[in-house]
Order: sequence, then C-alpha cells, then structure tokens
Amino acid sequence: MTKVVARGPIARWTRQGLPVLVIMLAALLAWYLGAWLLNAPAAIERVLPQDGAWRWQDLLVATMEMQRPVLPAPHQVWQDFWSAVLDWPLDSPRNLLFHVAVTAESTLWGFVMGTLLGLVLSVCIVHSRTLDRALLPWIVASQTVPVLAIAPIVLVILGSLGFAGVAPKAVIAMYLCFFPVTVAMVQGLRSPQRIETEMLHTYAATRWQSLWLLRLPAALPFLFPALRVGIAAGLVGAMVAELPTGAQAGLGARLLTGSYYGNTVQIWSALVMSALLGLTLTTVVAGVERLVLRHRSQA
Amino acid sequence: MVVRCDLFLRVSMKNPEVLLPSDAAPSAGARLAVEVRNASVVYETADSPVHALENIDLDIREGEFVALIGPSGCGKTTLMRVIADLEKISAGQVLVNGVTPHEARLARAYGYVFQAPALFPWRTVLGNVTLPLQIQGYSRAQGQTIALEHLARVGLTGFENKYPWQLSGGMQQRVSIARALSFEPRILMMDEPFGALDEITRDRLNEQLQQLWQRERRTVVFVTHSIAEAAYLATRIVVMSPRPGRIIKVIESPLPDERHLGMRDSAVFIDVAHALREALAEGHHD
Repeated sequence: MTKVVARGPIARWTRQGLPVLVIMLAALLAWYLGAWLLNAPAAIERVLPQDGAWRWQDLLVATMEMQRPVLPAPHQVWQDFWSAVLDWPLDSPRNLLFHVAVTAESTLWGFVMGTLLGLVLSVCIVHSRTLDRALLPWIVASQTVPVLAIAPIVLVILGSLGFAGVAPKAVIAMYLCFFPVTVAMVQGLRSPQRIETEMLHTYAATRWQSLWLLRLPAALPFLFPALRVGIAAGLVGAMVAELPTGAQAGLGARLLTGSYYGNTVQIWSALVMSALLGLTLTTVVAGVERLVLRHRSQA
Repeated sequence: MVVRCDLFLRVSMKNPEVLLPSDAAPSAGARLAVEVRNASVVYETADSPVHALENIDLDIREGEFVALIGPSGCGKTTLMRVIADLEKISAGQVLVNGVTPHEARLARAYGYVFQAPALFPWRTVLGNVTLPLQIQGYSRAQGQTIALEHLARVGLTGFENKYPWQLSGGMQQRVSIARALSFEPRILMMDEPFGALDEITRDRLNEQLQQLWQRERRTVVFVTHSIAEAAYLATRIVVMSPRPGRIIKVIESPLPDERHLGMRDSAVFIDVAHALREALAEGHHD
C-alpha cells in the first residue's frame, strides 16, 4: 500500500508550514504567560495603586506595558524592533541595521578566514601522517578554551599591534569557525573509497590531481553542514568580541548597552535581530549548498 | 578488414602511438604483453604467512583475451592487481610491455575496470569518461570528442549528459569500460566487471565485450568466477586454485575468434566448459 501524499503548493505549505506555525503560536502564548507571571510582582509594587484598588485586568495591562519589564511582552519587542529599524537613518548608531552591518562584516570575514584555515589544515592533515598526529590534538584542545576568556586577550594583543575594528573580531569569529570545517573536511577528504583512489592510481594521477578531482568533490557533502555550523559559531564569536571593546558598535555592543541601562526591551530586540541574522546567514549557506550539490542523488 | 582499417585511421589521427597494438596482428609470434616469472605474493599475518600467489608463471601475448578463473581466494584478482601495480610481489619478476608494472602504469599501459563502476556521482557520464583524459592533460574539447566516440562504441550515445545515478547498473559498467578505454591503453584489465549484474544484462554485456575485442583486438585480462563467461569470452583460460594461490591448468580455447551467444549450446563450447569444470574440481581436491 502506498501512502497518498497531497501535491501542489498549498498542500505542501500545509504539510511543512503548519507544524511550524503551531509551535510558533504555542511559543508566543508561553511568552505572554511568562511576561505576565514574571512582571506581576514589579507591576504590583511600582505601577498599580498602592491601596490595592485594581482589578486583575489592570494587572494584565500593566505587565504588558511596563517601562523596564523583567520579560518584555512580544508586542513590545516588536514595536521596539521596528522603531529601531525604521525611525533612524541607516548610518546612525541608533539604527539596529547599522549594528547588524557591523556584526555581519566581522562574522563574514571570520567565516571566510576560518573556512580557508580549516581547508588548509584539513588538506595538510590528510596528506601527512606526522601533521595528523601533531595538529589534530591541538585543534581539539583549542576548542576547550572558552571563547569568552580568549576574546579579551586577542583584542589586547591585536590592539597593541595596531589592529582595531574588524580585524580582532574577525579573528575571534575565525577561531570558532575553523574547527567544524577542519573536522568535517578531514572526514570528507578521507571519504573516497579504496576503489576510487586505486582507479586514479591506475591513471597515474598526481597527488594534487586526486585531491582536486576526487577528494575535494567527495568532501563537499561533508563541508556544507560544517559551514552552516561554522557561520553560526562565527556570529557568536563576533558578538562576544564586541563585548569587551567598550561596546561601540555591533549587536553585541547593543546587548551590552541595553543591560547597562536596564533597557530590557532593547536587549530583546537586539537578540531577535541577531537570531534573524544567524538564520539569514545559515540560509544563504544552505542555498549555496543546494545549488552546488543539485546534481547529486539522495541515494 | 575494412573495419579494422577504418579504426586504424581514426585512431592514428589522434595518437600515433596507439598504432602498435591494433596494427600488430595477434599471432603466436606476437610480442608479449605480460610476462610473469616465478612470482609469489606472501602476506605476513599475525600467526602464519599467507601465500596469496605461489610460483606463478604466465605469458600473455598481445591481442589475447585471457580469462583468470578460480574459486574465491585463489589469487586471480591478486595476480591481476600485481600486473596492474596495485599490489607488490614478494618474489619473482613481472614485466608489462617489457617494463616493470610500475613503469607500465606510469606510461598508462592499461585500463582497469573494477568490480563496481566507481563513477563519480558529481560528474556526468561524459565527465566520467573524460576523467582519465583530463588527468593526462588533454584539452577539454579534445577529451570530450574522444569520450563521445568511446561512449558510442559501448552504445551509450545520447546518455552523455546524464548523471550516473540516472543509469542502470549495466549502463554504469559500460560507462566504466568506455572510461578505461578512453585513453587507448594497450591492455584492458577487468576484475569481475559483470559480477554484480543480473544474468540477462550480463549476457548482453559479454556479447558487446566480445564484439569490442573483435574490432580492436586489444589485449584483455579478465577475472571471473563464471565458467560460462570465461569459456565464451576468452581465447585462453587460466584455471587457478587456492591455498596457496597457483595456476593448475591453462586451456587454449578451440572456439573461433568470432563468437556469438548461440555458440554456448555447441559441442565445442560444452567441451570447454566441461574441461574447465573438471580442472576446477581437481584444484579443489588437493
């Protein structure tokens, strides 16, 4: 018996979009509930009349409209988000998109550098048994050092060498980016089967030819998932690197200033924006993946 | 003869060097393509050494179609891998076209067809056939012209832009044969190339391979464990036996060079198959 699957765009949308929508509504509901519960004590203490002359409806409204709520309600975040995007010129530090551009720039530089470093390291590791044994433990160990600890050190050192702005942040993004790429590419470059390497051997192919014609194309399905992880990790790195710089620009800085001034709504809208940025970046990588691997079968 | 001349001309325009194999008529006096002298392959294992091949002597003349047959573990694949420089011998001597297997491999003396098609899934059929040509430094256009011609020879014209997964198993193996022949190697080595295919497909490919050999008279070394396949295809059949891997009998086929599948019911064919079966049984007793 074959399962009947409805076709057409509407059926497809219902099948794929509906579960996502249901979860989103559930999350929104939980969010509102959380906002009400968490903000209630402060609302009773600061906003509502002290004599106790308020109804539960007053409490509900108060928790949704507070100036500095513990947990801002979704619509507050929504309003702040749009006003931060639309009400200021693009080059103003008050515009959220300005900060997005700053963070995206260092993320992308770090991503490019991390990917290149990962590619070079993996090719070295695959082609040399000595490097395999010498490098791999250090690469793994590098990731056990928390990025929060390493970021200020990198910033100080690079700052003393005259590098400021994008470069130090990109280096920290790279530090988080190169690891998944290296690990996946080592696995991917080793994925060709014996029969395939022997075949190139019978053609008397050079090492570079078998790298270029066999190992690299065979490793691509391993590379792209690592790139998706890598670019998201790079975004985290770039934002962490923005924290100790005195918080001038970037989504990380925006988060920090928000917490300085107790502006929770601003923190949340920066948070939503960084999630959107991360989503956009991984979607772009996934799109490139689909384009590059479009001819390969799923079998 | 007309067909041969035509092929001769087509080939000679591309690469004058490949005149030699198609020009030299296969006869008793033909040059030796492969010489194996007292060759042994011993694997060192934890408990005792394994004799994969012991004291092998074998000559393969140019233009011969030699089948290596025997049960699993008899070393037939090892022997071919030794000739192809995919495996090292422990003792003895092996010459391919008068030079060591290593030199012969670097000179691209042979094309090797593996048990599996081993096509690259990211390349089209045409891209897979041009692969060896690309490695050997042919230009893109040159490589594609040659590859298209070889795809036509295995009957796959019109499939050049398909991807391997869009083809049946039999077609995939034909692509891999076209790929092995694309650079006109003097020797074609085939390691149970049709072992994974169903019998009907296998019969058809055997027939096509026979016709291909008829046209080009390239030296073929063919590993199989099918008696019918060996008897139908080969001009000489080498029967091998395991533990230690050795040659127990060499049978010159009495069948005419030109063959068709119907011959498998003829008395001569049945005699060859019978002789093979007896030799294999003999090897199993001791």
